[in-house]
Amino acid sequence: MADIGMESAVGISAAGDGAGPGYRLLAKESPEEEGRFLEISMGPQHPSTHGVFRMDVLLDGETVVRLKPVFGYLHRNHEKIAEGTTYLGSMPYTDRLDYFNSMTNNWAYALAVEKLAGISVPERAEYIRVITAEMTRLQNHATLMGFLLQDLGAMGTPLMYAFREREKILDLFEAVSGSRMMCNYMRFGGCRVDLPSGWLEETVRLVDEFPGFLDEFEALLAENEILMARLQGVGVLSAALAVNAGVTGPMLRASGVNYDIRKVDHYGIYDRFKFRVPLGAHGDCYDRLMLRLLEMRESIKILKQALKQIPSGPVIDPKVKIRNFKPKPGEAYGRIEGPKWELGFYLMSDGSASPYRYRVRPPSLINLTVLEDLCIGQKVADVVVILGSVDIVLGEVDR
Amino acid sequence: MESIEQIKLRIEQAIPGVILEIIANGSPGNPASIRVDPEHALAVARFLKDDGQLRLDYASNVTGVDWPDKVAQQTVKVLKMVDGVEKEFDAKVETREPGFLEAVYHLYSMELKHGPLVLRMRTGDRAGQTHLPSLTPLYRSADFQEREIYDLYGIIFDGHPDLRRLLMWEGFEDHPMRKDYAEPDDYEFEPTAHNQVLAKARRHYPPKASNG
Amino acid sequence: MFGKGIIKGFIETARNFAGSYHDPARMVTLQYPEEKRALPENSRNFPFLVFDGNDPIKGLRCVSCKICEKECPPQCIYIVNERDERGKPLKHPKIFDIDISVCMSCQICVEVCPFDSIKMDQAYELSATERFKKLILHKQDLAKSNDYYHRIHPTEADAVDAILEAERKQHEAKKSAASSETPPAKQ
Repeated sequence: MADIGMESAVGISAAGDGAGPGYRLLAKESPEEEGRFLEISMGPQHPSTHGVFRMDVLLDGETVVRLKPVFGYLHRNHEKIAEGTTYLGSMPYTDRLDYFNSMTNNWAYALAVEKLAGISVPERAEYIRVITAEMTRLQNHATLMGFLLQDLGAMGTPLMYAFREREKILDLFEAVSGSRMMCNYMRFGGCRVDLPSGWLEETVRLVDEFPGFLDEFEALLAENEILMARLQGVGVLSAALAVNAGVTGPMLRASGVNYDIRKVDHYGIYDRFKFRVPLGAHGDCYDRLMLRLLEMRESIKILKQALKQIPSGPVIDPKVKIRNFKPKPGEAYGRIEGPKWELGFYLMSDGSASPYRYRVRPPSLINLTVLEDLCIGQKVADVVVILGSVDIVLGEVDR
Repeated sequence: MESIEQIKLRIEQAIPGVILEIIANGSPGNPASIRVDPEHALAVARFLKDDGQLRLDYASNVTGVDWPDKVAQQTVKVLKMVDGVEKEFDAKVETREPGFLEAVYHLYSMELKHGPLVLRMRTGDRAGQTHLPSLTPLYRSADFQEREIYDLYGIIFDGHPDLRRLLMWEGFEDHPMRKDYAEPDDYEFEPTAHNQVLAKARRHYPPKASNG
Repeated sequence: MFGKGIIKGFIETARNFAGSYHDPARMVTLQYPEEKRALPENSRNFPFLVFDGNDPIKGLRCVSCKICEKECPPQCIYIVNERDERGKPLKHPKIFDIDISVCMSCQICVEVCPFDSIKMDQAYELSATERFKKLILHKQDLAKSNDYYHRIHPTEADAVDAILEAERKQHEAKKSAASSETPPAKQ
């Protein structure tokens, strides 16, 4: 598409100050370009944009020439609210960042605060954290695959199969933390309460039955000709661009870069478990979808090991205060390999009960940097597929 | 990864004229950060990215921090003439330390799997001199994050390919994450039961300076 | 053979469809409101105040210390202390309002309460026709008995009863030791 002379016809009017000129995709319309390009806006009310998300797309016929994502529709200024709330009071707000994976959001925040204040976590709590995080990963990947197939036009059937399995996991979350999605379960120094009786047996049963569901899903998807025609070769992300753009998680690994924070940072007790990191070869949407299926199988492996090894003991460090928790001044950056990608919390404390600076490193936002690069040259229908494979959640993009 | 002092020495050897400062981190076990002067920031980042031992090719997190002006009141003794006799009086003197805005970069290496190295850049002040060089030409991941810092803090990044507001709508004035941001109260909204509850609850506690 | 993948997919769908008639793993629909899901014990929705015994006013455990009001992140609790004729604060709330249109069920009020007097309820059929009056729960709506607490969270209620019993015994032992040595102190 570079031969159109994109650079001359299309330009972004860059604003240098606050009240910049109105943002338009087409900076100037020359007479021969007039009427050739069509500028459409996909969203913010759109069934496939995974939330209130808008994309301004410039089309030449059916081919995408330029794409600019626009967001901020769900901006709640969580970072400023956290500067007025105590450290513990921000924990329920972190549930609502990436509302599908509340357990891992809680863990990332608890990890950042524990790094800041130098709190250690008892063994049983670490195992519970790993178990709930891997279950979160399972339900997130299942949801994603269901939604991607829904966007492709499969009219809800695979989505409902995925949700059927997800319900079992959410029931377990409700049994342990009290709430299905907004768990608010991790605390600084461990978990809030211990597991109820019978929970571990239920989880073992779920983990034994889950591979059956995965096989079923794989039979539905893996050799499906329609899927392969629509996903293979679409939205190819090169490894160099992925690393430079700060893409992490399954999207990065689908492009062939071996970077999994569970193996790099050695946070928690992931060193005790044997699991592999699947890598993709082509970096297209098909690789990203199938990679998530493989990651689900690796999560099952981790779960089986963790459920066997979990010791008994306390689940929280009793010395950590619930009220008037005031860490010493300093800063810390804690990051985890969340199901979506690297979720990090950067905390700066000035010795008072609220953080001085609280920052969420939003993985969905940073992965959207490459959305334009992936979509240029593809058809409009592929934009939805690519966005689905990028797997964003607007609660995290906008915070 | 090498220690932060060694990295500082090597950067100083490689880039002449650079001014670096190591800022210690109060909380133990967490890395200290290097403060770079804005003129040489791009050169320093390029060195860190291309250097064989560091290869910091992944900017994980780009944050803005607001440090408002620090106003301190001191009581000093002043001599004044009263009725022909020199007397000592107490006078209050206000000292104002200028504030600044800060951009913090967390750099990791995906190739060598180490990190982080924390870079900081400070602006001149919070009003007129808020320009900093953009590291987007080197690290594409800083693209949206620097736009967000511009939107929420007001730091203008020179060299950024597309500096527009990210989360707030175009035409919005002011920068919400600054510590002295005053929430506008001239918008229309439907009063909810919560407003009455909140107003009633707030009367119990002394009025806070910031918006809680 | 071209189309093999699609046919395999169809077999799976057919299996799910046929199974939804006889296989309990595939019959996942719940005919609400005739059938209701049994909630797990820890499930939580909105808070309620516990009272011991039968009298919701005298048996209320809440002493109006206002810790939950301070720690609540969205600030949805509003408490006013009861005062006697001389203005001295009594250990009883006059007004205790929770705005459930704001409450996010985070359970922090339960965690910080030093007297085990606010706990999480499980009732979820709380829809109201009017936003500003019905969605603020007052003290009389919130006060529920300890027996109710035992019914919805049996394990937790037993643990809380044990703690309160131990505290009461400790308090009585101290009181009897103090009254046997010194004249009765001003209460």
